[in-house]
Amino acid sequence: MRCFEHPDVILCPGGPMLLRGQHAVEDADGLPHETTRPVTAVCRCDKSASYPWCDGTHKSLPPRLRPA
Amino acid sequence: MRPPRLPDARGPLTEELLAALRAGTDEFLGVLATAPTATGEDAALALWVLHELHYRGFAEVDDRFEWDPQLIRVRTLLERDLEARLRARFTRPEGLSFVDDVFGWIDDHDGVSLARHVHRDADRDQVLDLLRARSLYHLKESDPASWLVPRLGVRAKAALMELQYDEYGDGDPNRLHHHLFALGMAACGLEPAYDAHYDAVPPEALEQSNALSMVGLQRRLRGAALGHLAAFEATSSVPSRRMAQGLERLGFPDELVGYYTEHVEADAVHEQLAVRTVCGAMLAEEPELEDDLWFGAFTCLDLEDRFARAMLDRWGVSEVAA
Repeated sequence: MRCFEHPDVILCPGGPMLLRGQHAVEDADGLPHETTRPVTAVCRCDKSASYPWCDGTHKSLPPRLRPA
Repeated sequence: MRPPRLPDARGPLTEELLAALRAGTDEFLGVLATAPTATGEDAALALWVLHELHYRGFAEVDDRFEWDPQLIRVRTLLERDLEARLRARFTRPEGLSFVDDVFGWIDDHDGVSLARHVHRDADRDQVLDLLRARSLYHLKESDPASWLVPRLGVRAKAALMELQYDEYGDGDPNRLHHHLFALGMAACGLEPAYDAHYDAVPPEALEQSNALSMVGLQRRLRGAALGHLAAFEATSSVPSRRMAQGLERLGFPDELVGYYTEHVEADAVHEQLAVRTVCGAMLAEEPELEDDLWFGAFTCLDLEDRFARAMLDRWGVSEVAA
């Protein structure tokens, strides 16, 4: 019986997309990036220096430039 | 794992306590009598030693003293004083929701940043001094939060374990975070053991470690512990990038740079998990703990700011931008 919500994807307001489970994310150049941890944070502001993974850069953007 | 040796005393209480621990007879009434008058780094070091009995113990100390009733009484007196001082500085933010607003509140209240100094200006000796002072916590990174696990509701417990599993290397000991810090220290020629660096540890670092252990060990303070975790993770990813770049600028070894680059990515995940899934779950299960979440978050920022100012002060550096 599932009593609790436990989504595979969580969209963080103003921040990254959390992905649970093993997966590969293909970046804009077509290169796959495999996960190495149980949850990853995928960049949604396009400014991360660790793209496609989040590095917290969204926090330094003005609110209007952060992801919805 | 070699247990650490005891540190040197820093005042009357630690003189009494360390002598009694070394003597090995379970007679601590003298320590108990001295404890209420202890202040400053003497009190901080005594509490740190008593907390360590719950982590790794000491080479010279009988492991049974971990649960000696007189020592627990001394610990309680020192923790009561520490908690009172921390609460006296804290004001609960008005009209804010922890999950929705804590990131913005942290941006507004984050203090002096040592990472900014390391990024652009620090010299090699200052970085080594910082690593020694940080070793007291970084060599047991995440361990204080593990005390919490059996004290949480089902949702918060699962959420905390999801985060802690990654802190502990996802099952791979080679990726366990406090082990990565030890490898980084060793690569710089520093002994990766905190008893090698007691002299370099300012009282502000003792107090950081003590506050974490106190909120971890006291079930009553589980809200403060998770609030502290949230603020700690939320002030790690971006500063870790600055640390890594500063260390590269100064030519520090890859092992140490790697410890910080791991934290850039890991803590970009962990800050979201800590706030949204861990603290969010706690609030759903125990909403009355929201004040303590804020108290814990405040304590994290406040003690880091005090630590940063103490380090800059001893390096003779005028303040860096917040």
